Amino acid sequence: MLLIPCPWCGPRDEIEFRYGGQAHVAYPADPSALTDAEWADYLFMRDNPKGEWSERWMHAAGCRRWFNAVRSTVTHEIRGSYRIGEEPPA
Amino acid sequence: MTSRRLETGGRGIDRVRPISFTFEGLPYRGFEGDTLASALLANGVDVVCASPILGRARGVFSGGVEEPCAFVEVTAPRFEPIMPATAVRLVDGLVAVGRPGVGRLPADDAGAPAADHRHLHVETIVIGGGIAGLRSAVDAARNGDRVLLVDERHWLGGTATADDRVDDEPAPAWIEAAAGELADAPEARVLTEATALGVYDDGYVVVYERSVPMARVWHVRAGRVVVAAGAHERPIAFADDDRPGTMLASSARLYADRFGVLPGTRAVVFTTNHSGHEAGIALAIAGLEIAAIVDVGEAGPVSERARARGVDVRNGWAVTGTDGEPRVSAVHAAGPGGATASFQADLLLVAGGWNPAVQLWRGINGGLRYDDALACFLPDGTGPRWLEIAGAAAGEGLPTVTPFWFTPAEDLSRHFVDLQRDSTVADVLDAVSRDLRSTEHVKRQTYIGTAIDQGRTSGVLTAAIVNQAWGAGPGAQGPTNARPPYTPVPYSVLAGRDRGPTLLDPVRTTPIHPWHVAHGAVFENVGQWKRPWYFPAGGAEDLHAAVARECLAVRRTAGVMDASTLGKIELTGPDVATFLDRIYTNRMSTLAVGSIRYGFMLGLDGMVFDDGVAMRLADDRYLITTTTGGAAKVMDHVEEWLQTEWPDLRMYATSVTEQWATIAINGPEAREVLAALGTDIDVAAGAFPFMTWRDGEVAGMAARVARVSFSGELAYEINVPGHYALAMWEAVMAAGAPLGLTPYGTEAMHVLRAEKGYVIVGQDTDGTVTPHDLGMSWIVRKDDSDFIGKRSLRRPDTVRPDRKQLVGLLPIEGDRWIPEGAQLVAPADADATPPVPMLGFVTSSYRSPILERTFALAMVKGGRDLIGSTIVAATTDDPIEAEVTAPVFYDPEGTRRDG
Repeated sequence: MLLIPCPWCGPRDEIEFRYGGQAHVAYPADPSALTDAEWADYLFMRDNPKGEWSERWMHAAGCRRWFNAVRSTVTHEIRGSYRIGEEPPA
Repeated sequence: MTSRRLETGGRGIDRVRPISFTFEGLPYRGFEGDTLASALLANGVDVVCASPILGRARGVFSGGVEEPCAFVEVTAPRFEPIMPATAVRLVDGLVAVGRPGVGRLPADDAGAPAADHRHLHVETIVIGGGIAGLRSAVDAARNGDRVLLVDERHWLGGTATADDRVDDEPAPAWIEAAAGELADAPEARVLTEATALGVYDDGYVVVYERSVPMARVWHVRAGRVVVAAGAHERPIAFADDDRPGTMLASSARLYADRFGVLPGTRAVVFTTNHSGHEAGIALAIAGLEIAAIVDVGEAGPVSERARARGVDVRNGWAVTGTDGEPRVSAVHAAGPGGATASFQADLLLVAGGWNPAVQLWRGINGGLRYDDALACFLPDGTGPRWLEIAGAAAGEGLPTVTPFWFTPAEDLSRHFVDLQRDSTVADVLDAVSRDLRSTEHVKRQTYIGTAIDQGRTSGVLTAAIVNQAWGAGPGAQGPTNARPPYTPVPYSVLAGRDRGPTLLDPVRTTPIHPWHVAHGAVFENVGQWKRPWYFPAGGAEDLHAAVARECLAVRRTAGVMDASTLGKIELTGPDVATFLDRIYTNRMSTLAVGSIRYGFMLGLDGMVFDDGVAMRLADDRYLITTTTGGAAKVMDHVEEWLQTEWPDLRMYATSVTEQWATIAINGPEAREVLAALGTDIDVAAGAFPFMTWRDGEVAGMAARVARVSFSGELAYEINVPGHYALAMWEAVMAAGAPLGLTPYGTEAMHVLRAEKGYVIVGQDTDGTVTPHDLGMSWIVRKDDSDFIGKRSLRRPDTVRPDRKQLVGLLPIEGDRWIPEGAQLVAPADADATPPVPMLGFVTSSYRSPILERTFALAMVKGGRDLIGSTIVAATTDDPIEAEVTAPVFYDPEGTRRDG
């Protein structure tokens, strides 16, 4: 069970959180302007890297805030977390 | 039976504290400190159980959790369906029987052990209380760490013997000193009979402690995890290598040193390394006669030491087989140049080399490498930063091995590899001959490694045979991955106190619940809620009769239901209207204060996600309702979009589901009931129209009354704060009694709404249904503004004409009821041999009291074009023909909602 550093509450057990998939997949500014393929790409396609990526978590049983974390999909190690609107840790 | 207990010795037992126990119905004696296995050996019990598949006699093979043979059911003092006898601590009154293969659970769970769960945070957890583990724990304690040391056995010191020396001290003295230091350290805790079941991410370790009256599961979060789980000796495969009296050499030494038990009188040692010689020499000193040491390797200093003691040492020889009925009575060996020899012996001690106990290390992605000298897999140093491995588990102190996995023979069908699965070298080679290359595949063909011991003695051996058969080098691939739990744990222990009707899952009730109970309601579960399903009149009425009565009351006079479980979210702030326009398909910003609008929320994929109404309470304040089961996910949905996509919107959302209770009065007499309650709200139809709400006083209580209807009848929903709900409900019942007001439950509600074609999200929809599929295009606004899911409604798949669409079904025989979920086929296919094309399925199906016939809702491919035609519900033996209709069966003009 991961120990997830909530940027608001500190490190907490994974069971307190809801997972939100890949981070920084912004809702398109004008979905109606997208082709079917572009919309399908936004809707269905996500990265699946071997290694670090940014992903979303929500502290469901805590502050209920969404935030992002940089986690390795290989080791599960979380290098850091950051609030919505902030840049990932270098 | 012979006593095999020595007159003296056995530093782990307390000879002044004898213990009585029963095995297979016979009484025996042991001592405090024994395991069941050591006590059985001491009493000369050769056979513990039959092997699971072949029924061969099996005895104690090892000294710990690697045991593949001696399995027992413990019936007292605490029931365990199956345990290795080597891991059962002997206690007074223990009752056990042999149990081959799989355990048997009792018919009731009264015997299932309960457990407490505890949480612990430490800087360091050390798994294994042998020398390396004790050293790690003492070092950490001296460093000021909070330390937890756990060991699966009931003693500390692991398999260290009295002959071993640690830091120039005899091992027992060193162990005692270390244990004493830990006992005195303020922040150190030592648990024995405590097994680390698994190591998980970020230093999370689950420990099962059995040494307390009520078992405990410890949830440990540690900054640093040290695996010091030792190493398990492994066997060598040869003919009849499973015969009782065959035992791992180090285990025999453990029984002599710790328990004062010699597990035989005259032994042959079969070894690949010097630890076998050392065990033989130590046991010879303890009084065991050594017939021969058969060593596959060349002579070395240790074999010379044995030879100097007069032992017949055969270097370059191997054991080929055993005889005995069933216990070993003779051991056969072969040597260079075709030489053979047979030895009279009742004990065969096997020393095939050592497997570091890396299961927990590997389970959390600790890396392994094959070590040629030690002929085993060792940690390669890679793995999580917080994970360490120490002692024999890391290969420390293990002997150099002459790799030898099985003795070649024509017939390999009695060369047992996995003794708990009765799998042999022949089985492994058979799997290889079927072109299985991966040990994971061989495992699934042979079942090797799938038993309780998870292949502790068989895994590396099997991998070696597979590697050899494919001509690959030793270590080309390793054993299959062992997964938690490290040793078996009862589910009841993992469940702990979270069992039974209240703790397993919370039960939610409305403030009106006591009235429902007092009036004999039959309840149904809706999510975690208990909702009245129906109210049987006089307590005896059946579901069918009660629902018919309740439905007709609503259609003809008035009914009342407790709708408090509906999810409710209050949204406040200047940008709420903007937000709601984005999450609903219809426009909520144009809603006037005092008005209500029904709406759909879609997922990004355009599929119906939830439904409910929005009430505008003020310019900057709305209250939205959700389905009973969808309240939490809608709240999550709202928060997700607000926080992650539109943090610029000035608003916040608050769940008020339990703050408000809702009492829904439905029926032509609903207005009279409300008036009879006494209210300052003008209830005239013109003053209080459909889809509006009014604040006012009702029955002397502040209330918000909404004119929304889920039955198609005139309806008022009285909303009051939860604390007033029961009083309001009782007032409603009192005021309505003269008018025939009837309480009704969810079943009648379902019938009434289905008669009107109102869908239930999650029953008539399943996450693949758009508003258009439901024939509800009117709820999707046509202007250019965006809302969640809008773009998906134009996807090619979403506009296919043959999508399943909501239709009504009227069975041709109006008394036949179609089961919900029934598949629908074309009439021509009804009698055809399957498979035939499925056109759709029934989502809701009821008997309508007001229509005096059955009806159903269904999702049917291109269904709207089929209206007027016939379709067949392909129920098991007697298909039901039905006419496809529009999904509104009652009052299609909607004239009844205004009373």
